[in-house]
Amino acid sequence: MILNKNFTYLCTVNILKRMNLPIYLDNNATTPMDPRVLDAMLPYFTSKFGNAASRNHAFGWVAEEAVDYAREQVAKLIGASEKEIIFTSGATESDNLAIKGVFEMYKEKGNHIITSVTEHKAILDACKHVEKLGGRVTYLPVKEDGLIDLQQLEEAMTPETILVSIMYGNNEIGVIQPVKEIAAIAHKHGALFMTDAVQAVGKIPVNVIEDGIDLLALSGHKIYGPKGVGALYVRRKGPRVKVTAQMDGGGHERGMRSGTLNVPGIVGLGKACELCMQEMESEAKRLSALRDKLQAELTVLEESYVNGNVEHRLPHVANISFKYVEGEGLMMAMKDLAVSSGSACTSASLEPSYVLKSLGLSDDLAHSSIRFGLGRFTTEEEVNYAIEVTKKSVNHLRELSPLWEMFKEGVDLSKIEWAEH
Amino acid sequence: MAYSEKVIDHYTNPRNVGTLDKSSHKVGTGLVGAPECGDVMRLQIEVGEDNVITDAKFKTFGCGSAIASSSLATEWLKGKSIDDAMKIDNMDIVEELALPPVKIHCSVLAEDAIKAAINDYRVKNGLEAIVSEKVHH
Ligand SMILES: Cc1ncc(COP(=O)(O)O)c(C=O)c1O
Repeated sequence: MILNKNFTYLCTVNILKRMNLPIYLDNNATTPMDPRVLDAMLPYFTSKFGNAASRNHAFGWVAEEAVDYAREQVAKLIGASEKEIIFTSGATESDNLAIKGVFEMYKEKGNHIITSVTEHKAILDACKHVEKLGGRVTYLPVKEDGLIDLQQLEEAMTPETILVSIMYGNNEIGVIQPVKEIAAIAHKHGALFMTDAVQAVGKIPVNVIEDGIDLLALSGHKIYGPKGVGALYVRRKGPRVKVTAQMDGGGHERGMRSGTLNVPGIVGLGKACELCMQEMESEAKRLSALRDKLQAELTVLEESYVNGNVEHRLPHVANISFKYVEGEGLMMAMKDLAVSSGSACTSASLEPSYVLKSLGLSDDLAHSSIRFGLGRFTTEEEVNYAIEVTKKSVNHLRELSPLWEMFKEGVDLSKIEWAEH
Repeated sequence: MAYSEKVIDHYTNPRNVGTLDKSSHKVGTGLVGAPECGDVMRLQIEVGEDNVITDAKFKTFGCGSAIASSSLATEWLKGKSIDDAMKIDNMDIVEELALPPVKIHCSVLAEDAIKAAINDYRVKNGLEAIVSEKVHH
Protein backbone atom coordinates (compact mmCIF):
# COMPACT_ATOMS: atom_id res chain seq x y z
CA MET A 1 0.00 0.00 0.00
CA ILE A 2 2.67 2.43 1.05
CA LEU A 3 4.82 1.33 -1.85
CA ASN A 4 1.96 1.93 -4.18
CA LYS A 5 1.39 5.43 -2.89
CA ASN A 6 5.04 6.24 -3.28
CA PHE A 7 5.02 4.95 -6.79
CA THR A 8 2.07 7.15 -7.72
CA TYR A 9 3.81 10.13 -6.18
CA LEU A 10 6.98 9.50 -8.15
CA CYS A 11 5.03 9.20 -11.35
CA THR A 12 3.32 12.52 -10.71
CA VAL A 13 6.65 14.20 -10.07
CA ASN A 14 7.99 12.80 -13.30
CA ILE A 15 5.03 14.02 -15.26
CA LEU A 16 5.36 17.45 -13.72
CA LYS A 17 8.99 17.56 -14.61
CA ARG A 18 8.57 16.47 -18.19
CA MET A 19 9.08 19.34 -20.56
CA ASN A 20 6.06 20.39 -22.54
CA LEU A 21 6.58 21.88 -25.98
CA PRO A 22 6.33 24.61 -27.08
CA ILE A 23 8.23 26.35 -24.31
CA TYR A 24 6.79 29.67 -23.21
CA LEU A 25 9.45 32.38 -23.11
CA ASP A 26 7.26 35.39 -23.77
CA ASN A 27 6.45 36.40 -20.20
CA ASN A 28 6.66 40.10 -21.02
CA ALA A 29 3.67 39.73 -23.31
CA THR A 30 1.65 37.92 -20.71
CA THR A 31 2.11 35.36 -17.96
CA PRO A 32 0.22 32.18 -17.22
CA MET A 33 -1.96 32.54 -14.17
CA ASP A 34 -0.61 31.03 -10.99
CA PRO A 35 -2.94 28.19 -9.91
CA ARG A 36 -3.03 29.70 -6.42
CA VAL A 37 -4.50 32.84 -7.96
CA LEU A 38 -7.17 30.85 -9.73
CA ASP A 39 -8.08 29.10 -6.48
CA ALA A 40 -8.53 32.43 -4.76
CA MET A 41 -10.75 33.72 -7.57
CA LEU A 42 -13.08 30.79 -8.13
CA PRO A 43 -15.60 31.33 -5.30
CA TYR A 44 -16.18 34.88 -6.52
CA PHE A 45 -17.65 33.70 -9.79
CA THR A 46 -20.32 31.52 -8.22
CA SER A 47 -21.22 31.45 -4.54
CA LYS A 48 -19.68 34.83 -3.67
CA PHE A 49 -21.02 36.64 -6.70
CA GLY A 50 -22.28 39.80 -4.99
CA ASN A 51 -21.91 43.35 -6.22
CA ALA A 52 -19.34 45.11 -4.08
CA ALA A 53 -21.53 48.22 -4.20
CA SER A 54 -24.55 46.46 -2.66
CA ARG A 55 -24.54 47.84 0.85
CA ASN A 56 -27.80 46.28 1.97
CA HIS A 57 -27.10 42.54 2.16
CA ALA A 58 -24.51 39.91 2.91
CA PHE A 59 -23.73 39.15 -0.74
CA GLY A 60 -22.58 42.71 -1.24
CA TRP A 61 -20.63 42.80 2.01
CA VAL A 62 -18.75 39.65 1.16
CA ALA A 63 -17.75 41.06 -2.21
CA GLU A 64 -16.81 44.40 -0.72
CA GLU A 65 -14.70 42.75 1.91
CA ALA A 66 -12.85 40.75 -0.76
CA VAL A 67 -12.21 43.91 -2.76
CA ASP A 68 -10.94 45.74 0.32
CA TYR A 69 -8.60 42.87 1.09
CA ALA A 70 -7.29 42.84 -2.49
CA ARG A 71 -6.78 46.59 -2.32
CA GLU A 72 -4.54 46.05 0.69
CA GLN A 73 -2.60 43.29 -1.08
CA VAL A 74 -1.97 45.51 -4.11
CA ALA A 75 -1.10 48.55 -2.00
CA LYS A 76 1.35 46.58 0.11
CA LEU A 77 3.36 45.40 -2.90
CA ILE A 78 4.12 48.97 -3.95
CA GLY A 79 4.31 50.57 -0.51
CA ALA A 80 1.06 52.49 -0.91
CA SER A 81 -2.01 52.74 1.31
CA GLU A 82 -5.16 50.95 0.20
CA LYS A 83 -7.12 54.16 -0.37
CA GLU A 84 -4.67 55.07 -3.13
CA ILE A 85 -5.52 52.10 -5.36
CA ILE A 86 -8.05 52.51 -8.18
CA PHE A 87 -9.03 49.27 -9.89
CA THR A 88 -9.25 49.35 -13.68
CA SER A 89 -9.64 46.98 -16.61
CA GLY A 90 -5.87 46.80 -17.10
CA ALA A 91 -2.83 48.95 -17.57
CA THR A 92 -4.00 50.41 -20.86
CA GLU A 93 -6.89 51.95 -18.99
CA SER A 94 -4.67 52.96 -16.06
CA ASP A 95 -2.26 54.72 -18.45
CA ASN A 96 -5.11 56.50 -20.20
CA LEU A 97 -6.73 57.54 -16.93
CA ALA A 98 -3.43 58.91 -15.64
CA ILE A 99 -2.42 60.88 -18.74
CA LYS A 100 -5.82 62.20 -19.78
CA GLY A 101 -7.08 62.50 -16.21
CA VAL A 102 -4.11 64.57 -15.04
CA PHE A 103 -4.23 66.73 -18.17
CA GLU A 104 -7.90 67.55 -17.62
CA MET A 105 -7.58 68.03 -13.87
CA TYR A 106 -4.50 70.28 -14.00
CA LYS A 107 -4.99 72.18 -17.24
CA GLU A 108 -5.40 75.48 -15.40
CA LYS A 109 -1.91 74.96 -14.08
CA GLY A 110 -0.25 74.09 -17.36
CA ASN A 111 -0.57 72.08 -20.52
CA HIS A 112 2.83 70.43 -20.88
CA ILE A 113 3.57 66.71 -20.42
CA ILE A 114 6.96 65.03 -20.75
CA THR A 115 7.31 61.38 -21.67
CA SER A 116 9.79 59.27 -23.64
CA VAL A 117 9.90 57.61 -27.05
CA THR A 118 10.21 54.08 -25.66
CA GLU A 119 6.93 54.13 -23.74
CA HIS A 120 4.18 51.60 -24.36
CA LYS A 121 1.60 52.64 -26.97
CA ALA A 122 -0.96 53.10 -24.19
CA ILE A 123 1.06 56.09 -22.94
CA LEU A 124 2.14 57.37 -26.35
CA ASP A 125 -1.34 57.28 -27.82
CA ALA A 126 -2.92 58.83 -24.73
CA CYS A 127 -0.36 61.62 -25.15
CA LYS A 128 -1.31 62.00 -28.82
CA HIS A 129 -4.90 62.40 -27.67
CA VAL A 130 -3.89 65.09 -25.20
CA GLU A 131 -2.08 66.92 -28.01
CA LYS A 132 -5.34 67.03 -29.95
CA LEU A 133 -6.97 68.65 -26.91
CA GLY A 134 -4.39 71.43 -26.96
CA GLY A 135 -1.73 69.83 -24.78
CA ARG A 136 1.96 70.04 -25.56
CA VAL A 137 3.98 66.84 -25.21
CA THR A 138 7.74 66.38 -25.20
CA TYR A 139 8.91 62.91 -26.20
CA LEU A 140 12.38 62.52 -24.75
CA PRO A 141 14.81 60.44 -26.79
CA VAL A 142 16.77 57.67 -25.09
CA LYS A 143 20.48 56.96 -25.12
CA GLU A 144 21.98 53.95 -26.88
CA ASP A 145 21.35 51.83 -23.81
CA GLY A 146 17.68 52.77 -23.60
CA LEU A 147 17.96 55.08 -20.59
CA ILE A 148 16.75 58.65 -20.74
CA ASP A 149 19.22 61.47 -20.23
CA LEU A 150 18.40 63.23 -16.94
CA GLN A 151 20.04 66.40 -18.16
CA GLN A 152 17.68 66.44 -21.12
CA LEU A 153 14.73 65.92 -18.81
CA GLU A 154 15.86 68.82 -16.67
CA GLU A 155 16.13 71.02 -19.75
CA ALA A 156 12.70 70.00 -21.01
CA MET A 157 10.97 71.06 -17.78
CA THR A 158 9.00 74.31 -18.02
CA PRO A 159 6.69 76.16 -15.62
CA GLU A 160 3.87 74.76 -17.76
CA THR A 161 4.91 71.14 -17.14
CA ILE A 162 2.23 69.35 -15.14
CA LEU A 163 3.31 65.75 -15.60
CA VAL A 164 6.38 63.65 -16.29
CA SER A 165 5.50 60.09 -17.34
CA ILE A 166 8.38 57.66 -17.71
CA MET A 167 8.02 53.90 -17.58
CA TYR A 168 9.71 51.90 -14.84
CA GLY A 169 10.89 48.88 -16.88
CA ASN A 170 10.66 48.60 -20.63
CA ASN A 171 8.58 45.80 -22.10
CA GLU A 172 10.89 45.07 -25.03
CA ILE A 173 14.38 45.39 -23.61
CA GLY A 174 13.72 45.36 -19.87
CA VAL A 175 15.72 48.50 -19.21
CA ILE A 176 14.97 50.10 -15.82
CA GLN A 177 14.83 53.89 -15.80
CA PRO A 178 16.29 55.91 -12.88
CA VAL A 179 12.82 56.51 -11.50
CA LYS A 180 13.85 58.11 -8.23
CA GLU A 181 16.00 60.70 -9.95
CA ILE A 182 13.31 61.38 -12.53
CA ALA A 183 10.73 61.91 -9.79
CA ALA A 184 13.03 64.34 -8.01
CA ILE A 185 13.47 66.42 -11.15
CA ALA A 186 9.72 66.48 -11.82
CA HIS A 187 8.96 67.54 -8.24
CA LYS A 188 11.64 70.22 -8.21
CA HIS A 189 9.74 71.88 -11.04
CA GLY A 190 6.33 71.40 -9.49
CA ALA A 191 5.20 68.60 -11.80
CA LEU A 192 3.71 65.23 -10.93
CA PHE A 193 5.50 61.99 -11.69
CA MET A 194 3.67 59.06 -13.28
CA THR A 195 5.22 55.70 -14.11
CA ASP A 196 3.96 52.79 -16.17
CA ALA A 197 5.32 50.05 -13.94
CA VAL A 198 3.56 47.15 -15.63
CA GLN A 199 6.78 45.25 -16.28
CA ALA A 200 8.54 46.13 -13.04
CA VAL A 201 5.91 45.61 -10.33
CA GLY A 202 6.18 42.15 -8.84
CA LYS A 203 9.56 41.56 -10.49
CA ILE A 204 11.75 44.06 -8.65
CA PRO A 205 11.08 46.12 -5.51
CA VAL A 206 8.92 49.15 -6.36
CA ASN A 207 8.02 51.57 -3.59
CA VAL A 208 5.96 54.65 -4.32
CA ILE A 209 7.22 56.49 -1.23
CA GLU A 210 10.92 55.77 -1.69
CA ASP A 211 10.74 56.32 -5.43
CA GLY A 212 8.62 59.48 -5.20
CA ILE A 213 5.89 58.21 -7.48
CA ASP A 214 2.59 60.13 -7.73
CA LEU A 215 0.79 57.84 -10.16
CA LEU A 216 1.60 54.25 -11.13
CA ALA A 217 0.01 51.79 -13.55
CA LEU A 218 0.12 48.02 -13.05
CA SER A 219 -1.55 45.06 -14.70
CA GLY A 220 -2.73 41.65 -13.49
CA HIS A 221 -1.71 39.50 -16.42
CA LYS A 222 1.98 40.40 -16.26
CA ILE A 223 2.29 39.15 -12.70
CA TYR A 224 0.64 35.72 -12.94
CA GLY A 225 -2.80 37.17 -12.32
CA PRO A 226 -5.83 37.43 -14.60
CA LYS A 227 -6.15 39.45 -17.79
CA GLY A 228 -8.48 42.41 -17.97
CA VAL A 229 -7.73 43.78 -14.52
CA GLY A 230 -5.22 46.34 -13.38
CA ALA A 231 -4.82 49.28 -11.07
CA LEU A 232 -3.78 52.88 -10.96
CA TYR A 233 -2.07 54.14 -7.84
CA VAL A 234 -3.02 57.76 -7.17
CA ARG A 235 -1.14 59.48 -4.35
CA ARG A 236 -3.32 60.90 -1.57
CA LYS A 237 -0.82 62.71 0.61
CA GLY A 238 2.04 65.06 -0.22
CA PRO A 239 0.59 66.02 -2.63
CA ARG A 240 -2.99 64.84 -2.91
CA VAL A 241 -3.29 63.93 -6.58
CA LYS A 242 -6.56 63.92 -8.48
CA VAL A 243 -7.47 62.70 -11.91
CA THR A 244 -10.58 63.52 -13.92
CA ALA A 245 -12.62 60.38 -14.48
CA GLN A 246 -12.60 59.04 -18.01
CA MET A 247 -15.53 56.74 -17.34
CA ASP A 248 -18.69 58.37 -16.03
CA GLY A 249 -21.32 56.49 -14.08
CA GLY A 250 -22.05 55.33 -10.57
CA GLY A 251 -19.06 57.01 -8.97
CA HIS A 252 -17.15 53.89 -8.01
CA GLU A 253 -13.49 54.04 -6.99
CA ARG A 254 -13.84 57.42 -5.30
CA GLY A 255 -15.42 58.82 -8.44
CA MET A 256 -12.32 58.24 -10.53
CA ARG A 257 -13.48 55.09 -12.29
CA SER A 258 -17.14 54.16 -12.49
CA GLY A 259 -18.34 50.67 -13.25
CA THR A 260 -19.30 47.64 -11.19
CA LEU A 261 -16.12 46.18 -9.83
CA ASN A 262 -14.71 43.03 -11.42
CA VAL A 263 -14.63 41.22 -8.10
CA PRO A 264 -13.07 37.87 -9.19
CA GLY A 265 -10.47 39.73 -11.25
CA ILE A 266 -9.66 42.08 -8.40
CA VAL A 267 -9.37 39.18 -5.95
CA GLY A 268 -6.99 37.54 -8.44
CA LEU A 269 -4.93 40.70 -8.82
CA GLY A 270 -4.67 40.96 -5.04
CA LYS A 271 -3.58 37.37 -4.66
CA ALA A 272 -1.07 37.77 -7.50
CA CYS A 273 0.43 40.78 -5.72
CA GLU A 274 0.64 38.89 -2.43
CA LEU A 275 2.49 36.02 -4.10
CA CYS A 276 4.90 38.42 -5.79
CA MET A 277 5.52 40.07 -2.44
CA GLN A 278 6.44 36.70 -0.94
CA GLU A 279 8.39 35.23 -3.83
CA MET A 280 9.81 38.14 -5.78
CA GLU A 281 13.22 38.11 -4.17
CA SER A 282 14.00 34.44 -4.69
CA GLU A 283 12.30 34.41 -8.08
CA ALA A 284 14.36 37.35 -9.32
CA LYS A 285 17.52 35.64 -8.18
CA ARG A 286 16.63 32.38 -9.87
CA LEU A 287 15.48 33.99 -13.10
CA SER A 288 18.38 36.38 -13.47
CA ALA A 289 20.77 33.44 -13.12
CA LEU A 290 18.91 31.55 -15.84
CA ARG A 291 18.67 34.65 -18.01
CA ASP A 292 22.39 35.31 -17.61
CA LYS A 293 23.15 31.76 -18.61
CA LEU A 294 20.94 32.04 -21.68
CA GLN A 295 22.52 35.33 -22.64
CA ALA A 296 26.07 34.11 -22.08
CA GLU A 297 25.52 31.00 -24.17
CA LEU A 298 23.80 32.83 -27.00
CA THR A 299 26.27 35.66 -27.25
CA VAL A 300 28.94 33.05 -27.92
CA LEU A 301 27.40 33.07 -31.39
CA GLU A 302 29.31 35.39 -33.67
CA GLU A 303 27.69 38.75 -34.42
CA SER A 304 25.10 38.60 -31.67
CA TYR A 305 24.32 41.70 -29.66
CA VAL A 306 22.39 42.32 -26.46
CA ASN A 307 20.02 45.27 -26.79
CA GLY A 308 19.69 47.81 -24.01
CA ASN A 309 21.50 48.43 -20.77
CA VAL A 310 22.40 45.14 -19.10
CA GLU A 311 23.08 46.57 -15.66
CA HIS A 312 19.81 48.39 -15.14
CA ARG A 313 17.59 45.65 -16.43
CA LEU A 314 14.68 43.52 -15.27
CA PRO A 315 15.92 40.13 -14.07
CA HIS A 316 13.94 37.97 -16.48
CA VAL A 317 14.46 39.59 -19.90
CA ALA A 318 17.13 39.42 -22.57
CA ASN A 319 16.72 41.04 -25.98
CA ILE A 320 19.34 39.78 -28.41
CA SER A 321 19.96 40.52 -32.10
CA PHE A 322 21.46 37.81 -34.26
CA LYS A 323 22.87 39.71 -37.18
CA TYR A 324 22.24 38.46 -40.73
CA VAL A 325 19.23 36.42 -39.58
CA GLU A 326 15.73 37.83 -39.83
CA GLY A 327 13.72 37.63 -36.61
CA GLU A 328 10.47 36.29 -37.96
CA GLY A 329 12.21 33.63 -40.01
CA LEU A 330 14.15 32.72 -36.89
CA MET A 331 11.00 32.38 -34.81
CA MET A 332 9.61 30.04 -37.40
CA ALA A 333 12.72 27.90 -37.14
CA MET A 334 12.37 27.86 -33.37
CA LYS A 335 8.74 26.92 -33.44
CA ASP A 336 9.06 25.05 -30.16
CA LEU A 337 9.96 28.31 -28.46
CA ALA A 338 7.35 31.00 -27.90
CA VAL A 339 9.33 34.24 -28.04
CA SER A 340 8.83 37.55 -29.80
CA SER A 341 10.80 39.63 -32.24
CA GLY A 342 11.32 43.29 -33.02
CA SER A 343 10.94 42.39 -36.64
CA ALA A 344 7.69 43.45 -38.22
CA CYS A 345 7.67 41.53 -41.44
CA THR A 346 3.92 41.16 -41.13
CA SER A 347 3.04 44.79 -40.60
CA ALA A 348 2.04 46.85 -43.58
CA SER A 349 4.77 49.38 -42.91
CA LEU A 350 7.56 46.80 -42.58
CA GLU A 351 8.81 49.01 -39.78
CA PRO A 352 10.73 47.17 -37.09
CA SER A 353 10.25 47.90 -33.37
CA TYR A 354 10.20 51.63 -32.55
CA VAL A 355 11.80 50.87 -29.20
CA LEU A 356 14.85 49.21 -30.76
CA LYS A 357 15.10 51.91 -33.41
CA SER A 358 15.08 54.59 -30.74
CA LEU A 359 18.24 53.03 -29.29
CA GLY A 360 19.84 53.90 -32.59
CA LEU A 361 19.84 50.29 -33.75
CA SER A 362 20.01 49.96 -37.52
CA ASP A 363 16.89 48.52 -39.11
CA ASP A 364 18.61 45.28 -39.99
CA LEU A 365 19.66 44.67 -36.38
CA ALA A 366 16.17 45.52 -35.19
CA HIS A 367 14.77 42.99 -37.68
CA SER A 368 17.17 40.42 -36.24
CA SER A 369 16.10 40.74 -32.62
CA ILE A 370 14.52 38.17 -30.34
CA ARG A 371 13.10 38.89 -26.90
CA PHE A 372 13.45 36.08 -24.38
CA GLY A 373 11.15 36.61 -21.42
CA LEU A 374 11.52 34.10 -18.59
CA GLY A 375 8.93 33.63 -15.90
CA ARG A 376 7.90 31.97 -12.66
CA PHE A 377 7.30 28.64 -14.35
CA THR A 378 10.42 28.59 -16.54
CA THR A 379 12.72 25.70 -15.65
CA GLU A 380 16.45 25.31 -16.13
CA GLU A 381 15.75 22.40 -18.47
CA GLU A 382 13.63 24.66 -20.64
CA VAL A 383 16.34 27.30 -20.75
CA ASN A 384 18.91 24.69 -21.77
CA TYR A 385 16.61 23.53 -24.51
CA ALA A 386 16.03 27.11 -25.65
CA ILE A 387 19.77 27.67 -25.87
CA GLU A 388 20.25 24.60 -28.05
CA VAL A 389 17.33 25.35 -30.35
CA THR A 390 18.31 28.99 -30.77
CA LYS A 391 21.92 28.18 -31.58
CA LYS A 392 20.94 25.53 -34.06
CA SER A 393 18.37 27.75 -35.74
CA VAL A 394 20.64 30.78 -36.00
CA ASN A 395 23.37 28.66 -37.55
CA HIS A 396 20.93 27.02 -39.93
CA LEU A 397 19.46 30.30 -41.11
CA ARG A 398 22.88 31.83 -41.54
CA GLU A 399 23.68 29.01 -43.93
CA LEU A 400 20.66 30.24 -45.88
CA SER A 401 21.51 33.93 -45.58
CA PRO A 402 23.20 35.73 -48.48
CA LEU A 403 24.18 38.48 -46.05
CA TRP A 404 26.03 36.04 -43.83
CA GLU A 405 27.89 34.68 -46.85
CA MET A 406 28.84 38.19 -47.91
CA PHE A 407 29.91 39.09 -44.39
CA LYS A 408 32.06 35.96 -44.26
CA GLU A 409 33.65 36.90 -47.59
CA GLY A 410 34.49 40.31 -46.19
CA VAL A 411 32.00 42.27 -48.29
CA ASP A 412 31.12 45.61 -46.71
CA LEU A 413 27.32 45.43 -46.70
CA SER A 414 26.95 49.13 -46.01
CA LYS A 415 28.63 49.88 -49.34
CA ILE A 416 26.07 47.93 -51.35
CA GLU A 417 23.32 49.91 -53.00
CA TRP A 418 20.21 48.05 -51.97
CA ALA A 419 17.15 48.47 -54.11
CA GLU A 420 14.12 49.79 -52.26
CA HIS A 421 11.06 47.67 -52.56
CA MET B 1 -0.15 33.97 -37.97
CA ALA B 2 -0.26 30.42 -39.20
CA TYR B 3 1.76 29.43 -42.24
CA SER B 4 0.43 27.24 -45.03
CA GLU B 5 1.69 23.69 -45.27
CA LYS B 6 3.58 24.46 -48.45
CA VAL B 7 5.39 27.39 -46.86
CA ILE B 8 6.35 25.18 -43.95
CA ASP B 9 7.53 22.46 -46.31
CA HIS B 10 9.78 24.81 -48.32
CA TYR B 11 10.97 26.49 -45.17
CA THR B 12 11.85 23.22 -43.45
CA ASN B 13 13.34 21.58 -46.52
CA PRO B 14 14.52 24.45 -48.66
CA ARG B 15 15.37 23.33 -52.22
CA ASN B 16 18.50 24.44 -54.00
CA VAL B 17 20.22 26.41 -51.27
CA GLY B 18 23.65 27.46 -52.35
CA THR B 19 25.94 29.52 -54.47
CA LEU B 20 26.92 29.38 -58.14
CA ASP B 21 30.09 30.90 -59.50
CA LYS B 22 28.95 34.39 -60.25
CA SER B 23 31.99 35.11 -62.43
CA SER B 24 30.96 32.41 -64.92
CA HIS B 25 29.38 33.82 -68.08
CA LYS B 26 26.78 31.06 -67.87
CA VAL B 27 25.56 32.30 -64.46
CA GLY B 28 23.16 35.15 -63.82
CA THR B 29 22.83 36.56 -60.31
CA GLY B 30 19.94 38.61 -58.93
CA LEU B 31 20.31 40.27 -55.53
CA VAL B 32 17.16 42.10 -54.45
CA GLY B 33 15.62 43.56 -51.31
CA ALA B 34 17.43 45.36 -48.53
CA PRO B 35 18.58 44.39 -45.03
CA GLU B 36 16.71 47.41 -43.60
CA CYS B 37 13.47 46.06 -44.99
CA GLY B 38 14.01 42.68 -43.41
CA ASP B 39 14.48 40.67 -46.58
CA VAL B 40 17.23 40.11 -49.09
CA MET B 41 17.10 37.42 -51.77
CA ARG B 42 19.92 36.20 -53.91
CA LEU B 43 18.85 34.01 -56.78
CA GLN B 44 21.26 32.51 -59.31
CA ILE B 45 20.64 30.69 -62.55
CA GLU B 46 22.96 28.71 -64.74
CA VAL B 47 21.97 28.77 -68.39
CA GLY B 48 22.92 26.04 -70.85
CA GLU B 49 22.40 25.43 -74.54
CA ASP B 50 19.19 26.75 -76.10
CA ASN B 51 18.73 29.26 -73.33
CA VAL B 52 17.48 26.61 -70.92
CA ILE B 53 18.10 27.05 -67.21
CA THR B 54 20.13 24.04 -66.06
CA ASP B 55 20.60 24.98 -62.43
CA ALA B 56 19.23 27.45 -59.91
CA LYS B 57 20.35 28.30 -56.39
CA PHE B 58 19.22 30.74 -53.75
CA LYS B 59 20.07 32.23 -50.40
CA THR B 60 17.55 34.39 -48.56
CA PHE B 61 17.58 36.58 -45.48
CA GLY B 62 13.97 36.99 -44.45
CA CYS B 63 10.85 35.54 -42.95
CA GLY B 64 9.53 32.06 -43.65
CA SER B 65 7.46 33.21 -46.61
CA ALA B 66 10.44 34.91 -48.21
CA ILE B 67 12.53 31.77 -47.86
CA ALA B 68 9.71 29.60 -49.22
CA SER B 69 9.08 31.96 -52.16
CA SER B 70 12.69 31.84 -53.26
CA SER B 71 12.94 28.08 -52.74
CA LEU B 72 9.85 27.58 -54.88
CA ALA B 73 11.23 29.94 -57.53
CA THR B 74 14.40 27.87 -57.93
CA GLU B 75 12.30 24.75 -58.33
CA TRP B 76 10.25 26.34 -61.07
CA LEU B 77 13.26 27.81 -62.84
CA LYS B 78 15.14 24.58 -63.41
CA GLY B 79 14.48 23.25 -66.89
CA LYS B 80 12.61 26.35 -68.05
CA SER B 81 13.75 28.46 -70.98
CA ILE B 82 14.75 32.00 -70.11
CA ASP B 83 11.73 33.32 -71.98
CA ASP B 84 9.36 31.18 -69.95
CA ALA B 85 11.15 32.07 -66.73
CA MET B 86 10.60 35.73 -67.51
CA LYS B 87 6.87 35.03 -67.47
CA ILE B 88 6.74 33.77 -63.89
CA ASP B 89 4.34 36.05 -62.10
CA ASN B 90 4.42 36.82 -58.41
CA MET B 91 0.75 35.91 -58.14
CA ASP B 92 1.60 32.36 -59.24
CA ILE B 93 3.83 32.13 -56.19
CA VAL B 94 1.15 33.65 -53.96
CA GLU B 95 -1.29 31.04 -55.17
CA GLU B 96 1.03 28.07 -54.92
CA LEU B 97 2.14 28.94 -51.38
CA ALA B 98 -1.22 30.36 -50.25
CA LEU B 99 0.48 33.52 -49.03
CA PRO B 100 -1.70 35.90 -47.02
CA PRO B 101 -1.93 39.56 -48.17
CA VAL B 102 0.75 40.76 -45.73
CA LYS B 103 3.22 38.36 -47.35
CA ILE B 104 2.62 39.27 -50.98
CA HIS B 105 5.75 41.41 -50.98
CA CYS B 106 7.77 38.20 -50.51
CA SER B 107 6.47 36.89 -53.83
CA VAL B 108 7.12 40.23 -55.49
CA LEU B 109 10.69 40.02 -54.30
CA ALA B 110 11.05 36.51 -55.73
CA GLU B 111 9.77 37.67 -59.10
CA ASP B 112 12.16 40.61 -58.99
CA ALA B 113 15.01 38.24 -58.16
CA ILE B 114 14.20 36.01 -61.15
CA LYS B 115 14.15 39.00 -63.50
CA ALA B 116 17.32 40.43 -62.03
CA ALA B 117 19.13 37.09 -62.46
CA ILE B 118 18.00 36.77 -66.07
CA ASN B 119 19.02 40.33 -66.87
CA ASP B 120 22.38 39.84 -65.25
CA TYR B 121 22.87 36.81 -67.49
CA ARG B 122 21.72 38.73 -70.56
CA VAL B 123 23.96 41.71 -69.95
CA LYS B 124 26.92 39.42 -69.32
CA ASN B 125 26.32 37.83 -72.70
CA GLY B 126 25.99 41.04 -74.64
CA LEU B 127 22.21 41.25 -74.66
CA GLU B 128 20.05 44.10 -73.47
CA ALA B 129 18.33 43.96 -70.08
CA ILE B 130 14.58 43.55 -70.32
CA VAL B 131 12.76 46.29 -68.51
CA SER B 132 9.60 45.03 -66.90
CA GLU B 133 6.62 47.31 -67.26
CA LYS B 134 4.66 45.36 -64.75
CA VAL B 135 2.91 47.10 -61.92
CA HIS B 136 2.79 44.82 -58.92
CA HIS B 137 -0.42 43.85 -57.30
C1 LIG C 1 4.74 48.60 -20.37
C2 LIG C 1 3.31 48.23 -20.62
N1 LIG C 1 2.35 49.14 -20.42
C3 LIG C 1 1.05 48.85 -20.61
C4 LIG C 1 0.65 47.60 -21.04
C5 LIG C 1 -0.81 47.32 -21.25
O1 LIG C 1 -1.33 46.55 -20.22
P1 LIG C 1 -2.74 45.83 -20.36
O2 LIG C 1 -2.53 44.66 -21.25
O3 LIG C 1 -3.09 45.42 -18.96
O4 LIG C 1 -3.71 46.80 -20.92
C6 LIG C 1 1.62 46.63 -21.25
C7 LIG C 1 1.26 45.27 -21.73
O5 LIG C 1 1.21 44.98 -22.90
C8 LIG C 1 2.98 46.95 -21.05
O6 LIG C 1 3.96 46.05 -21.27
